[in-house]
Amino acid sequence: MTKTFRLDGREIPFKEGQTIIEAAAAAGVYIPHLCHHPEFKPHGSCKLCTVNIGGRLGAACTNHAAEGMAVESETEALNADRRALTQMLFVEGNHFCPSCEKSGNCQLQAVAYHLGMMTPHFPHFYPARDIDASHPDVLLERNRCILCELCVRASRDADGKNVFGIGGRGIRARLIVNSASGRLAETNMSVTDRAAEVCPTGAIIRKRHGFTVPIGQRLYDHHDIATQLPLPARRGEGRGEG
Amino acid sequence: MTFPLETAPNPENLKRVVIEPVSRVEGHGKVTILLDADNKVHQVRLHIVEFRGFEKFIQGRPYWEVPVLVQRLCGICPVSHHLAASKALDIIVGAKQLTPTAEKLRRLMHLGQVLQSHALHFFHLASPDLLLGFGADAAKRNIVGVAAAAPEVARKGVLLRKYGQEIIRHTAGKRVHGTGSVPGGVNKNLTREERAGLLAEIDTIIAWSREAVGIIGKLFADNARLYESFGRFDSNLLGLVRADGALDLYHGGLRATDAQGETIFDHADYQRYYEYIHEEVKPWSYMKFPFIVEKGTEAGWYRVGPLARVAQCDFIPTGLAEAERVAFKAFDGGAALSAPLGYHWARMIEMLHAAEGIEELLLDNDLSGGDLVVRGERRLRGVGVIEAPRGTLVHHYRINEDDQVVSANLIVSTTSNNQAMNEAVRQVARQYLDGRSLTEGLLNHIEVAIRAFDPCLSCATHALGRMPLEVELLDADGGVVDRLYKGVVA
Repeated sequence: MTKTFRLDGREIPFKEGQTIIEAAAAAGVYIPHLCHHPEFKPHGSCKLCTVNIGGRLGAACTNHAAEGMAVESETEALNADRRALTQMLFVEGNHFCPSCEKSGNCQLQAVAYHLGMMTPHFPHFYPARDIDASHPDVLLERNRCILCELCVRASRDADGKNVFGIGGRGIRARLIVNSASGRLAETNMSVTDRAAEVCPTGAIIRKRHGFTVPIGQRLYDHHDIATQLPLPARRGEGRGEG
Repeated sequence: MTFPLETAPNPENLKRVVIEPVSRVEGHGKVTILLDADNKVHQVRLHIVEFRGFEKFIQGRPYWEVPVLVQRLCGICPVSHHLAASKALDIIVGAKQLTPTAEKLRRLMHLGQVLQSHALHFFHLASPDLLLGFGADAAKRNIVGVAAAAPEVARKGVLLRKYGQEIIRHTAGKRVHGTGSVPGGVNKNLTREERAGLLAEIDTIIAWSREAVGIIGKLFADNARLYESFGRFDSNLLGLVRADGALDLYHGGLRATDAQGETIFDHADYQRYYEYIHEEVKPWSYMKFPFIVEKGTEAGWYRVGPLARVAQCDFIPTGLAEAERVAFKAFDGGAALSAPLGYHWARMIEMLHAAEGIEELLLDNDLSGGDLVVRGERRLRGVGVIEAPRGTLVHHYRINEDDQVVSANLIVSTTSNNQAMNEAVRQVARQYLDGRSLTEGLLNHIEVAIRAFDPCLSCATHALGRMPLEVELLDADGGVVDRLYKGVVA
């Protein structure tokens, strides 16, 4: 007998141990998220996947599905909160989509479109953040980092290298590199590492790849992110080499 | 170096008239005029009051981002910046020779840009003056007025521009601010279906472009005295030409000639443009004043753009445009060649050339080839020069070993025309304003001279129908004596 829970009134089957977001994705239902990735342990930091679980709010990526559970996701109030969270991510960093090579392949941008975000709404922080271009093949563009820790998890859990970490607290939190100088060139990171391609924004990019994928052939050019499930199982977005 | 009417020797007690903003141009500028009690003109300046700063804030950016980033300088001819930057980066990535597919796609994109920009300028921005009269009712002297008086002309103008933008969309991915050109080549080709779709309209586009040349040619013929003399001055000319001397808007060597048509330099390698062109700074404008080094600041200023290109080239490599070039040069013994309004004529000849060139390229199967990008030995500096719709455009970048831009120098077309535009407005002030009481129509003559150069002062909006021109007449103490408004009263 398959166990199920209700998500926005729909019966969703699940296997024991699955989180709400995993079960929903398996059933083809999209719950907005940025720090979640099916290959890596849940992080629960972006809060975009917050759902209403029987009257209390919780992250769909960290809460396990349970028999008979009633979950609400697509409500006006939750999507308004998600939109505000996304707006805050935009103003906390320096996200210039018009000149960003990740545009069209960027989950942050795609989620913003999905949620109907028309403006940043909040005043921009315009933080001063460093670019690390020292590595021959990988560029670290901290202006676009949303601190999702996917690169931290990928480097640690998939690559076994521990190249990345988050340093500082609160608004001073930043992506740091595990080397004496703090520069990427002095790590053993490789462009073929999982950490080099897992970033949902353009914070970690392959050098000299740039705008090789034409407009019209990018992931989200024609389709909303909600229709792109299962999302991050995809590797090597787009085509072409730098 | 100061030119006549640039700086009044005794500005005290002179009246100051300001035209701000100059309308129906790309970007934001103003004109100031100093007059004495008898309305005699003592000083005229075209000020460019925008500050952009692109050269500074691309420092530190990865070089492959530059063609997409710097095109945001402009919403009218972003393709020019996109391609000039790409050409500079071709050098940096060691792409000495692009694949035929890549080069032809870039050329097509560029001709689409030239077509749409020239159509925009002639029909939307300049035709209200030319067709309705320099001093016509200000409320009607706009594209809406043209649409009412000559609906077919306005319609064709709009559709010509649309066609050029479609060419850009197919090659760059978007009508404005696309991504098609990348260092070493392009990121997409054109399918046979896309080419067939665009070819279906090209006969009409060529026919309408011929008609446009006819419109301005007839205006010259019917009003020869006015059109030949309006704001007229002599100057040096600068532009790219192909190795065989032909007009080439995408690539070539630098050619400069003086007012008598004598060669100053020819087929100069633009990788060393700084040996031929220097820039002077003046305290009253954000725009520099470039000059030909060999001639110095006083005699070295020059014109760029359609007039300079059509006047300087040995021939145009498309048949219909070449016939028009011959007629243009022969008109009244060459009288159109130094006339600011001759820019309009040359611009329409170039639009016809662009339409013919587009047809030629669309028929070429190389456009559907699959070999898009080449790379070679990496370098740390590169210069890209292209003939943008408004004239010679220079992009110069240096990068570091980590792929970051460390410095950039951009000489945009309008900068090269800075002194020429100032000269034109001073001539018009002498011809039309000196000693007369000012009216809105008379002041528009100043703007007509500026518009002939199709200046891109960059990124201002155009308040269609509102004509946001305000002119204040101040007395010697700074009090407002008179105030004129165009359109809506503030």
